[in-house]
Parts: sequence; C-alpha cells; structure tokens
Amino acid sequence: MTKAEEEFQAKIDRDIKIEPKDWMPDAYRKTLVRQISQHAHSEIVGMLPEGNWITRAPSLRRKVALLAKVQDEAGHGLYLYSAVETLGTDREQTIDDMHSGKAKYSSIFNYPTLSWADMGAVGWLVDGAAIVNQVALQRTSYGPYSRAMVKICKEESFHQRQGYELLIHMCNGTKEQKEMAQDALNRFWWPSLMMFGPSDTDSPNTAQSMAWRVKRYTNDDLRQQFVDITVPQAEFLGLTIPDPDLKMNEETGHYEFGEINWEEFFNVVNGNGPCNRERIAARSNAKKNGSWVIDAANAYAEKQRMKKKVA
Amino acid sequence: MTEQDALFDYCLRIGDSSLIIGHRLSEWCGHGPILEEDIAIINVSLDLVGQARSVLDYAGKIEGKGRSEDDLAYLRDVAFYRNHLICEQPNGDYGRTIVRQFLFDSFHYLFLNELVNSKDDFFSGYAEKSLKEVIYHMQHSTKWMLRMGDGTEESHRRVQEPLNDLWRFTGEFFAVNEVDKILISNGIAVDLNKIKPKWKQYVREIIEDATLTLPTNDWEQLGGKEGRHTEHLGFILAEMQFLPRAYPDATW
Repeated sequence: MTKAEEEFQAKIDRDIKIEPKDWMPDAYRKTLVRQISQHAHSEIVGMLPEGNWITRAPSLRRKVALLAKVQDEAGHGLYLYSAVETLGTDREQTIDDMHSGKAKYSSIFNYPTLSWADMGAVGWLVDGAAIVNQVALQRTSYGPYSRAMVKICKEESFHQRQGYELLIHMCNGTKEQKEMAQDALNRFWWPSLMMFGPSDTDSPNTAQSMAWRVKRYTNDDLRQQFVDITVPQAEFLGLTIPDPDLKMNEETGHYEFGEINWEEFFNVVNGNGPCNRERIAARSNAKKNGSWVIDAANAYAEKQRMKKKVA
Repeated sequence: MTEQDALFDYCLRIGDSSLIIGHRLSEWCGHGPILEEDIAIINVSLDLVGQARSVLDYAGKIEGKGRSEDDLAYLRDVAFYRNHLICEQPNGDYGRTIVRQFLFDSFHYLFLNELVNSKDDFFSGYAEKSLKEVIYHMQHSTKWMLRMGDGTEESHRRVQEPLNDLWRFTGEFFAVNEVDKILISNGIAVDLNKIKPKWKQYVREIIEDATLTLPTNDWEQLGGKEGRHTEHLGFILAEMQFLPRAYPDATW
C-alpha cells in the first residue's frame, strides 16, 4: 500500500467522509461512478413503470400524488448524476452507457405495471426495498453520495407510505380490488427481494466495497432486514406472500424464506426481462428525439452571447 | 339559463381546460427531451391538475347535486366537457407541446389576472393563488418559444409548423357565449374582449422576437365551450376514466 492509500484507508476507518477533491484510489472512484450512476439510472428508468399509470390514475388526488412522486424520482436522478459529476464523469456519458447496455439499472423496473394496484406495490415494496438500501448508504464513505442519500431517504419513505396507504384502501375495497392487490404482490415480491443483488457468496464486489465503506451491509443482510419489515405489513393488509417456505424462526427472530430464482435474476440483469427492451428504447428515444431541443437552446444561447458582445 | 347554470358551466370551462391540458402534459412524464425539462413539465402538469381539482370541487358545490371533483372528471362524457379545444390537441414533439403551452399560458395568465377582480370570492381567491404558478408556466413556455424559434433551422421549423396549425384554436379564448354574458353583467366573469388586445400584443411580440411568422389565417375553430370537441378528447377520456368506469362500485 502506498502512503496515499494508507492515509485514505485510515480516513475511511475513522469514518471521515471522502470529498470530491480528496485523493482517492482509481478503483474507489470507479466503483463509486458505477454504483452512483447505476442508482441514478434506476431513478430515471423507474419513472417509466409508474409513468405508465399517470394518465389512468383513478382519482385526481391519486393522479397528483403519482405525478409528484415521479417528479421526485426525476429529482433524485438529478442529484445522483450531480454526485457522479463530482467524480469527474460526464452525466451524458453515463446515460449513453446505460442506453448501450454497458451500464445497468435496477432490474425491478424491467417488470411491467399491469394494474393500478401495482402503483401501491411499487411504492410499498420497491421503494421499501430501496429505503433499506439507502438508509444504509446514508453512512457511505463518499460525502456527496451520503448527503444525497439523506435527502432522498426522506422523500422515499413518504413514497413508501403513500404506496402502502393506496394498498390499504384497495384491500378494504371491493373483491376485485383486493384481488388486484394480491396479484400485484405475487408479481412484485420476488423481484423486490432480487433488488438487493446476488447472494453474498456470488457478489464479487462486496468485500472491497465493505472495506471502503461504500457499502455498510451485505446484500443478504439487507434482504433479510427487508423481509423482516415487510412480512408483518403484508399480514396487516390481509395479503399472502407468495412463498410457501416463508416462516418465522423463533430462535433467530428472523423470517426464513424460500430460494430466490437466480436464473431469472441474471436473465433480467442481462437484458432478458419482460420490459428491458421497452425501457431502454423509451429512454434512448427520449434523448434522440430531444436532441434538437438541446441544440436549439445552445444555438440560442450562443446567439445571445454574440449579441451581447456586439452591444 | 339561470345564473347558477352559467356559474357551473364557467367552472367547468376553467377546470376542464386545466385538467385536460395538464393531462396532456403528464403524458410527457419520463419522455422529456432532457431531465430538467421532464421535471419542469411535470411541475406545470401538477399545478394545472391541482388547479382543476379546486375548480371542479367548487363546480360540484355550485351545481348542488352532490357531485365531487372526481365524479365530474371521471363520469362526464365528451359532450359535457367545456375545455378549450387547444387543450386537448396532441402533444406531438416537444416543439408542438411548447407552442400549445405558450398560446394557452399567455391567455391563462391574462385571464387569471382579471379574474382576481371577480365578485365571486372563490374565483378571486383561486385566481390569486393560481397566478403565482401560472406566471412561471408562462415564463417557461415563452423562453422555449424564443430558444426554439431563434435557435436552429430545425427548431425554427418545429415551432413554426405547430404555430400555424394551432392558431385556429386561439380565437376560442375570446369567444363570448351566453354564460359570459350572464356572468359579466354581475361582475363574476372576465370580460374576454378586454384581454384580447393584450394577448395579441404579447403573443405578437414574442413571435417576432423568436423570429417566427405570425399566422395569417384567422379562421377560428370554436366549440369546446359548448361541448363540441375535436376527435382527440374522446381518447383522452377513454384512458383517463377507464378505472372508475370499469369498476363503478370501487373507490380509490
């Protein structure tokens, strides 16, 4: 280890935040760019499955709430891209990497939203899982990322409650509404567990990320935490978690749950999910179809600058 | 037509216009040309749908038949909607959306600016509150008109064409019918003739600054205020009203 590396690690070990201008190992920088941009892309791609229901929201109150939520996600994407830029990587470059398939986003957004209950399930489960991850990341070693997480967590927990409230309402509603809620849980439960990433035994980056305190808990720890929080919430709704192996282990105080279908997980990560192509197409079309707008703004700004110069 | 009927109709005109154009903008969500614009356009949409809620709620009270904002939004068919026709026109590309928004925002701003003087307490309060939002909408769409009009050759074309197409719907902003006559006489409604020259002047100035050409065809396509719409509204409502129509016993 070089002296710089030793000093860097000593700072990490004392829980002193790393700031953009501080020296950092290239691999640390690269890990952060990968993780934060992936997080930013997830916020942006995550706008699509919910955006899918904005025009069909069943009441004006729900419509406004959903719009506001999706807008928050766009805002989260913006903070996170800014955090990436503090590491010297251009936002548009990371976006192009996502469009080309080189950079990833959370696979959960490759699942379709098929009924209104999915708006509840996404809030409750997907935002719920994201919160478990993000609360842990509030203490991550990189300053800008950690501060972004503090801000984002506040909004996410509001979204999570909003989604859960939507489901409470549906579960207390008509028979069809309750069926929709159960169906949404059936479809989103396992993909939500997959959001925490591969099992610790198959997660090649975990050890280094833990040492750098980019990550504070392992994937399996966080997944367990999520299951423990969520199962009683499903019981309160009167819904059944679609896992016959799920049971409370009285000794450990934790729920035991069935085997995750990792084949499905790796398939979806690698592009073979129900909506991967649609999501990427929607995002890259937005950029492609919008490029003339950016060109116009730049050309106009340039003309204004020239006018000022002449005057 | 009684004064109560006129007032109800007037509420629908204001509320439906905000709701339908806000709904159109919400279709952009996740597909905007750049993240910052996605956020901006969702924000405008949120404001407008929020405004619609408050007027439709008031409309239900004026009508006195116990209809809520949602009953009015979700359970009326095309012929009972009173929005301006321009609000229901499709988004097209971002240039078309901006032109539609610019023409509407500039009218909306001037309209609310007069509505603050309404003798109806709800309207004056509503106008004052909404103006704070609409002034930003107008700034946003005006700035984009300038950037696109005086940007590149392509962007110029992409706003000039929709400007020519949508111009025919702008006459409706100022078309006066029986509802206006009844409500102007008692100081509730805005005298549309009063704001027409201001709107024309503002729009002409911006169009000129944007190096665009003011359309010369002055044909006015009317009908929205009387419930005679273009073909687009039916599809908006089919999508928007799907859940409450499909599950009439449910609440959400």
